[in-house]
This record gives sequence, structure tokens and C-alpha cells, in this order.
Amino acid sequence: MSKNINVALIGNPNTGKTSVFNQLTGLKQKVGNYPGITVEKKEGICKLPRGVKAHILDLPGTYSLNTTSLDESLVVELLLNKNDKDYPDVAVVISDVENLKRNLLLFTQIKDLKIPTILVINMADRMDRKGISLDVETMERKLDTKIALVSTRKNTGIDRIKELIADYKSISSKPILDTSRISPEYFERLKSTFPQEDLYKLWLVITQDVNFMPIEKKRIQDATDFSTKSKDELKKLQHKETVLRYQLINNILRETYKVDFMAAKGLRASLDKILTHKVFGYLIFFAILLLIFQAIFEWSSYPMDFIDENFALAAEWIKNTLPPGVFTDLLAEGIVAGIGGIVIFIPQIAFLFLFISLLEESGYMSRVVFLMDRLMRPFGLSGKSVVPLISGNACAIPAIMATRTIENWKERLITILVTPFTTCSARLPVYLILIALVIPEGSFLGLSFQALTLMLLYLIGFGMALLSAMVLNKILKIKSRAIFMIEMPTYRLPLLKNVGYTVIEKTKSFVLGAGKIILAISIVLWFLGSNGYSDDFQNAESIVAERIENEGLSTYSKNYVQNNIDAYRTNAKAEGMAAGAIQDSIQILREELSERAVAQEIASYKLEHSYIGQAGKAFEPLVKPLGYDWKIGIAVLTSFAAREVFVGTLATIYSVGSDEEETIQNRMAAELDEDGEPLFNLASGISLMLFYAFAMQCMSTLAIVKRETNSWKWPMIQLGFMSVFAYIMALMAYQILS
Amino acid sequence: MTVADLQYGQKGIIKDFTEHILPIKLLELGCLPGNSVELLQIAPLNDPIYINLSGSHLAIRRSLAALIELEIIEETQAK
Repeated sequence: MSKNINVALIGNPNTGKTSVFNQLTGLKQKVGNYPGITVEKKEGICKLPRGVKAHILDLPGTYSLNTTSLDESLVVELLLNKNDKDYPDVAVVISDVENLKRNLLLFTQIKDLKIPTILVINMADRMDRKGISLDVETMERKLDTKIALVSTRKNTGIDRIKELIADYKSISSKPILDTSRISPEYFERLKSTFPQEDLYKLWLVITQDVNFMPIEKKRIQDATDFSTKSKDELKKLQHKETVLRYQLINNILRETYKVDFMAAKGLRASLDKILTHKVFGYLIFFAILLLIFQAIFEWSSYPMDFIDENFALAAEWIKNTLPPGVFTDLLAEGIVAGIGGIVIFIPQIAFLFLFISLLEESGYMSRVVFLMDRLMRPFGLSGKSVVPLISGNACAIPAIMATRTIENWKERLITILVTPFTTCSARLPVYLILIALVIPEGSFLGLSFQALTLMLLYLIGFGMALLSAMVLNKILKIKSRAIFMIEMPTYRLPLLKNVGYTVIEKTKSFVLGAGKIILAISIVLWFLGSNGYSDDFQNAESIVAERIENEGLSTYSKNYVQNNIDAYRTNAKAEGMAAGAIQDSIQILREELSERAVAQEIASYKLEHSYIGQAGKAFEPLVKPLGYDWKIGIAVLTSFAAREVFVGTLATIYSVGSDEEETIQNRMAAELDEDGEPLFNLASGISLMLFYAFAMQCMSTLAIVKRETNSWKWPMIQLGFMSVFAYIMALMAYQILS
Repeated sequence: MTVADLQYGQKGIIKDFTEHILPIKLLELGCLPGNSVELLQIAPLNDPIYINLSGSHLAIRRSLAALIELEIIEETQAK
């Protein structure tokens, strides 16, 4: 078997590079990270004609090989390192037909690295509409390459790319620009000092600002008989390189690329007039946000209810079918409950990423950046921070990774630090269950109180993020000079395939990533909740029996029995049963229920004296002023691993404490405090919601912040500040409302 | 006259520049002497501006736009 052909896909942002990648690899792709850094690495396998296979690497989008960000420096680093296992046998430069000139700049640079380079001209289906005509043959000759005209939308040209890749050995690897023209004198000196080296490669190593390949750079600085130029001079020469390349490109395009502006028509201008309008622009943006929230709250509730009920049924089925024992308990109460707690997220996460990828694919996201830039400036941010902050409403992890497009380090750091305040989807289940419990039904202007509360929580999170950004902007003393510039891509109908891939990929990475933590914690909790060391735990049965003998059933149990009997009586009357028969069967029912109530009291006594109960009790004085009991205390404590654990923890705690497999929400509603009032009331509910709104409860985010800022300082500051602030806010809320 | 002074409907040609104050990124996107710049939109709060820079559609802030000198070549009557 021969080795796979290594292919690197390279291109400007917004050229449909990812669509080409999807078409080439189908679902045979893998998304990971480059070692040591959080730049996303997408790779896949593509089957070529004649049984050959290609390993395709989708490199981050870049405008040129003059890098200003981590993402871009990665591209250069790979292309300069022949020993890298991913070093391409052939480079495929993806360009879009409308911006061919600019895309060719990158093409010529890569070609000058003496890598066989194929040019893909994507979005060929737009040529007619834009009045563009191409002389492909001449262009191939002038650029000394092979060209594939592709439309990922119409699914044409992909086979041509595959053929060209399979036949890569016939593609020229000759450079196109005489790079010594950049500075003949300088390149002459380079040549005499490093006769073995490729001069353009050396030139790139010398001119990059980013700190990569320190060894190579050092070798140049250490060369005794060679002096490099000052930064300013080098920058001048980089300008010259750009000018030279554009001269070359213009000469080629003059002969081969014609645009008939009269034939060009487009939606861009008219859509931009509306979407970036002073009033309508904001209104539309706001309406889209509202739609997203409505989708997450209302539409996803159907699949979520379905999941909730079925996991409860599954747990019950396991308990009834399998022989009783520790393993069955573990399976039903630990594992199934834990998995249920993960799966229930899927509808919401899928909806969020659906919307976010629709907005990005359509080109609307850049308009949001344009609209919001001026508004974000007082907070020390730019329009570019809007995308991470909005993505933060799905998950802080990809959001913090998305800050890499912000060139300004101070701005980027501030965005990283405040993003965890935005309402990530992990907070959603906590909010949803609490809102359903404590916010009354009813509506205002067609929007339910519950939906409005959710919206308010999102606004609080966002507001807090902005407020802390403003404070950080004043406090942080970091000098950073970088420009704000964003490309406004053409509007496009989103490709369902791309949107689908994004949704699947993000959901999968959530389930596999965060899911593992949640499941592990669920099992640990189950163990801690069903074991104890004290005598009280071991002798729970006799202690509870004695107490019931002396004091009767607890208030909760009495209510439980009475409620069930009342319900039965109402039912029986409705069915027309005789009064005497009702009395008799109620008598039997009462005995059954009391028995069950005793079993429940024993279980709950056991829980109270289990390992977890004791930990919770020790923790209780701290959370009592916030309106929580020790059970909620445990849930809050375990949530510091990941917020979404909250509901799962309560599910585990309660199902350990009860014989019934009720759905979590009903069980929470039945919880009473010391005075026999519902434990989850408006005051404690709001206090909890505020705590979750502000606290930094996510290990994965802390890990990402550590990686992105390259120090433990910032994540620790985040953890400390946010958690203390959350405690204070929750305390105030409960004390005022109760 | 700079890009920041452009009015709706005005189009200009970038003047020769010798000062290397412009970021290289801008050059790569087509900000080179002789290329055209057209103002497309102004953001609601008057900043940033949205331009067509020789085929590249970009949004930049006024402070950066003020560094790019140009000569007006086309003036369609705009309201």
C-alpha cells in the first residue's frame, strides 16, 4: 500500500474552503487541536481515482503568509517545515471567483515556496450573475498551474480537484515571482551567507512577527557575517513584496479575467441598506436574538420532555427487570440518570449552533460586527468581540477560542475574561428547571413570563460581561496597537450541509467532552450518596422506625399520603364508584402508602447520613443565607466542575432518597423546607439563578483560559472574582425577596 | 482628502504613498496606489465605515481610513 498523498487546503476566509473540505472528505473527517495550542485542526481522508487516498488538512483561513495571528502563523509554520508529518505534497489554494485578485496574492506566495500548488476557483456558479468571464487555459499557463472551477453549491468541479490531486506529480513547483526583486542587495547577502537555503523561505522566517521557530530565527541572527535589517526597513520591503505581487497578478488578470459590471447584479447593496440601517439594523438583530431564545426555550422543550420521561422510564424498567443489587442500583440511579442529564442538553445545543452557523454562513455575522463596533468601544471592546460574546451564549469554550480573530491583545484578553458571564447553554437547564418551578405561568404581550425571565437572565449575563469589560479596560495596563478591520462577505444562502456538519460536530464534542465529566460525577455522587460510615447510616431502619413510633410520620410523608388519597378519591368519584367501596379501597391504599412513606423516610435518613449528606451538612451554613438546604448545597458544590451537573446531581440525590421514579421537576416541586413550605420558592429560586448567572463554574472553561492566556493567573482571577460576586448577589437577592 | 472624508456615492483613487504607516494587512486586501475606494455604508453611529476597496468589501474605523489619502474621481449625486 502506498502512502496517502498529503494535501493542504489553504485560502482566504470566506472563500468556501470548509465547503470544499466537506465535499472532499464527507463525514470521514476528524476535528482536533494542534498540539499545545487551541487552534482547531481539521483533517480527513479523501478517496481519489485509481484507488489512491489523500489526507486532507484544512488550514486556518489567511490572507497571506505575512502573519498577524496565531491561526495564520500555523499555516506558515507548516509550509516552512519539510519535516512535519503533515507537510503537503500538494497545496490546494481555494479562492472565490469574485475576489480572485486578492486570493492570488496568497497563491503566488505559496507557489514561491516551491510546493506544487493547485488553484481552485470556487463559487463558479456566481460568474454569470456577476458578469465575470475567465480564460482558464491562458490563466493556467500564465500562473503555471492547474485550475479547477468549482461550485460547492451546485456540486460541480469536485471530481476535477480529485483528479488534479491524484496527478499532483505533474503539477509545476516552479516559483512564479523572482523574489530577489524585493531587494536584490539583501537577497544577494542572504544567498552568500546561507548558500544551501531557499531564499524566500528565509525571507519569511526573518519577516514574521510571530514567535515561531526560534531556532531558525536564531541561526540567522547568529550568522556572524550577516546583518539583518531594522524592523522598519523590513516592513518597507514587505510592502514592496505586496506591490510586486499585485503587479504580476494584475498583468495576468488583465488578459484572462473580465468583469462586465453592467451584467453584475447582486443583493449585497440592497440587503446591506436594510441590515445595517440605523434603526432597522438593530431591530432585525434584536428580533433574531429573540427568535433564538424562543427556539431554545419553547421549541426545544418538546424533545426535552420526551428525553426526560424516557430516561425516567428506562431507569424504572432496569430496576424492575434486573435482579436487585448494587449493580442494578448503579446502572439505574448512577449511569442512566447521568446519561439522561447529558442527552437532555442536545436539543438546545443543536438549536444554538444551528442559529450561530446560519448567521455565520449567510454573511450576516460580519454585519453584526459592523453594527456593533461603535457600541462596543466604550467597553474597551470592538465589533469583533460581539461574535465571541454571542457564541458565549452557546458555550464559553468555543467562544473563547473564537477570540483568536481579535488581533489586539488587550481587547482579546478582556473578551476572554468576560465571556464566561454570558449565558452559556450549560446554565440553561438550571434556569429552565428553576423558572418552571418558581416563575408563575401567564403572559405579557404574547410572551410568557417564563420566556421573559429567561430573556432577562440573558441580558443580565451580557450586561455583566460589558460592565466588567469596562472596568477591566480601565484597570489593565496593556499597550497593544492593532487595527480593526473586517471583511464583509457576500450574502449567501447557507448550505444545509455545512450547517448540518457544524451542528453535529459541536453537539458531538459537547456530549463527548463535557458529557464525560458529567457522567463521572454522577457515578461518584451515586456512590457517595448510597454509602456511609456512621452508625446512624448503618442502623437507619431501626432509628427511623423508632422515631415514627414516637412522633408519627413527617409532614412531607403525611402530605404525600394525603395527596395521593385525595387524588384517588376524586378519580373514583368521577368514575361513579359507590361511597362504601371508596372508603374500603382508601383504607387499603392508605396502608400501602404509609408503608412506602416509611421506606422513603428510611432512604432519606440514609442519604442524610451518607458521605454526601455529611459533606452537604458541613457545607450548609455557607449556603443557608442564600436560601439553600444541604441538598442544593451539594448540587452547587458539584457544579463547580460544570454547571449542568446541577440538575443531574439533584436527580441523583432525590432518586436515591425516594422509591418513586418521578421526573426530576415534580420531585423538586415536592421538596419542603424546615417550615413545611416549598423549598424552591421565588426567593431561593432567584437567588440560585443569580448564583449560576455570575459564578465561574466550569473546569473546562478555566482550562481553555489557561491555554489561551498561557498562565494560571487569569483563570484563577476569574474563578475567585466571579464566584465571590455570585455569592454576594445571591445573598442579596434572597435576603431582599424572602 | 482621505477615505474618512468620503461621502455617500463618492469614489476615489488611492494616491501614491511613501510613508509606511499603513498595516500590511490593508495592502494585501488591495489598498495600493491607483486602486479605487468607494464608500458603501456608514455604520449607524457614524463609525466604522464600509468600503469597496478595489473589489474587497471591508469595514474599517474612521481613524484608519483617515490614513489613506485619495483623489476623487467620481461623484454621483447623492442625497
